[in-house]
Amino acid sequence: MAIYATNEFRAGLKVLLEADPCSIIENEFVKPGKGQAFNRVKFRNLKTGRVWERTFKSGETIEAADVMEAEMEYLYTDGQFWHFMKTDGSYEQVEAGDAAVAQARDWLKEQDTFTVTLWNGDPISVTPPNFVDLEVAETDPGLRGDTAQGATKPATLSTGATVKVPLFVNIGDVLRIDTRTGEYVSRVKS
Amino acid sequence: MERARMLRITRRFFEERDVLEVQMPVLGRHAVTDPAIECIRTEDGRFLQPSPEYHMKRLLAAGGPSIFSIGPVFRADEAGRWHNTEFTMLEWYHLGFDADDLMRELAALTDALLGPSDYERRTFASLTALDIDDATTDELDLAIAVAVARLRDKRVFVTRYPARQAALARISNGVADRFELVIDGIEVANGYHELTDVEELARRLTADNLARCERDRSVPDIDRAFLAAHARGLPDCAGVAVGFDRLVALKIGARAVADVMPFPDGRA
Repeated sequence: MAIYATNEFRAGLKVLLEADPCSIIENEFVKPGKGQAFNRVKFRNLKTGRVWERTFKSGETIEAADVMEAEMEYLYTDGQFWHFMKTDGSYEQVEAGDAAVAQARDWLKEQDTFTVTLWNGDPISVTPPNFVDLEVAETDPGLRGDTAQGATKPATLSTGATVKVPLFVNIGDVLRIDTRTGEYVSRVKS
Repeated sequence: MERARMLRITRRFFEERDVLEVQMPVLGRHAVTDPAIECIRTEDGRFLQPSPEYHMKRLLAAGGPSIFSIGPVFRADEAGRWHNTEFTMLEWYHLGFDADDLMRELAALTDALLGPSDYERRTFASLTALDIDDATTDELDLAIAVAVARLRDKRVFVTRYPARQAALARISNGVADRFELVIDGIEVANGYHELTDVEELARRLTADNLARCERDRSVPDIDRAFLAAHARGLPDCAGVAVGFDRLVALKIGARAVADVMPFPDGRA
């Protein structure tokens, strides 16, 4: 297994910390004038998303994690697993569990492409694109004549997600949603 | 620019206190023995100085008055948010002062440069849960460095260092007469009631070199002229070194020393 020493630490490096795969967010070199140098390192746990801070003596090492990201097309769910297929032409498929898709669940539309993080080949997280286009499955009809600026109503999308939308949106409209905030961006002409 | 203004304030501060400005060499024949400092060696076998301490003490032993120096110093392998290989060190020695006197003077200068504030005092022992006698020097270093980084939003003097971390401070009642000033969790200054006993100095420099051997670091020759100065007699004094760039950064709220240097590492 590959190992990294503190002088190789940099943002984005994937390592094993307490047996969990983590990504280095920030690495700060600290050296007291009259003491040993050390590194203060912030990690994101790739399974839970939690941020950890740890201190290492300079020269200490940490094990590398076999983590890679792949663009994959969402195929379907069998109720227990969500199935994805690599888009690199290999047609290789993986099945992601509950925890891995948690962040993307609301935006999983068949045939859309997602970034899947694989640890030792197994999916540990699924990241949606920043914007997704989804069809409105259900919403109350807009009240004609109500032109108040910024007035919204809830709409349920084809994936089951509920977002606030302007009053003029109708069932069957395709909406662009910002997945980072879960907010309506615009109506997409189709 | 803030740096120029702070330099003016500093020079005026010392002029009012009859502390004489001296200019110390950047290039010297000797490296320091401090186990945690690596000097940059030039092709002709000399060293870019990591601090003006050795030369300033030779001046004091030769009968100089209280002196200060502001100039560039160099440390190999130190690069990071609060580190730059070359940086500006303000260092001064006040004759007849002890560590308490010097802490007060440093606080007065810091007030003049950053604006007035309160100063807390924390003993080294109060900052760590480790048993100071049992823990290794490395463990203590790390524990203190971590504890110091948490001293945010205040100015703190860390005092009463363990004897084995005395560096060149004198030891009284088993504790080193050494202090550091920490501002917003950043180490800004390191000062001593200076060791004057030449035999004790020789022992410490030798012990430093043994520690360097154990860490597979280069082992520099001991600076005979530095020792000789102590044999002649270093007057009773206290001295402190201040990372001037860090003070400038703190003044303007910068988050890295590179932000207050026109040409930091990588651009110089």
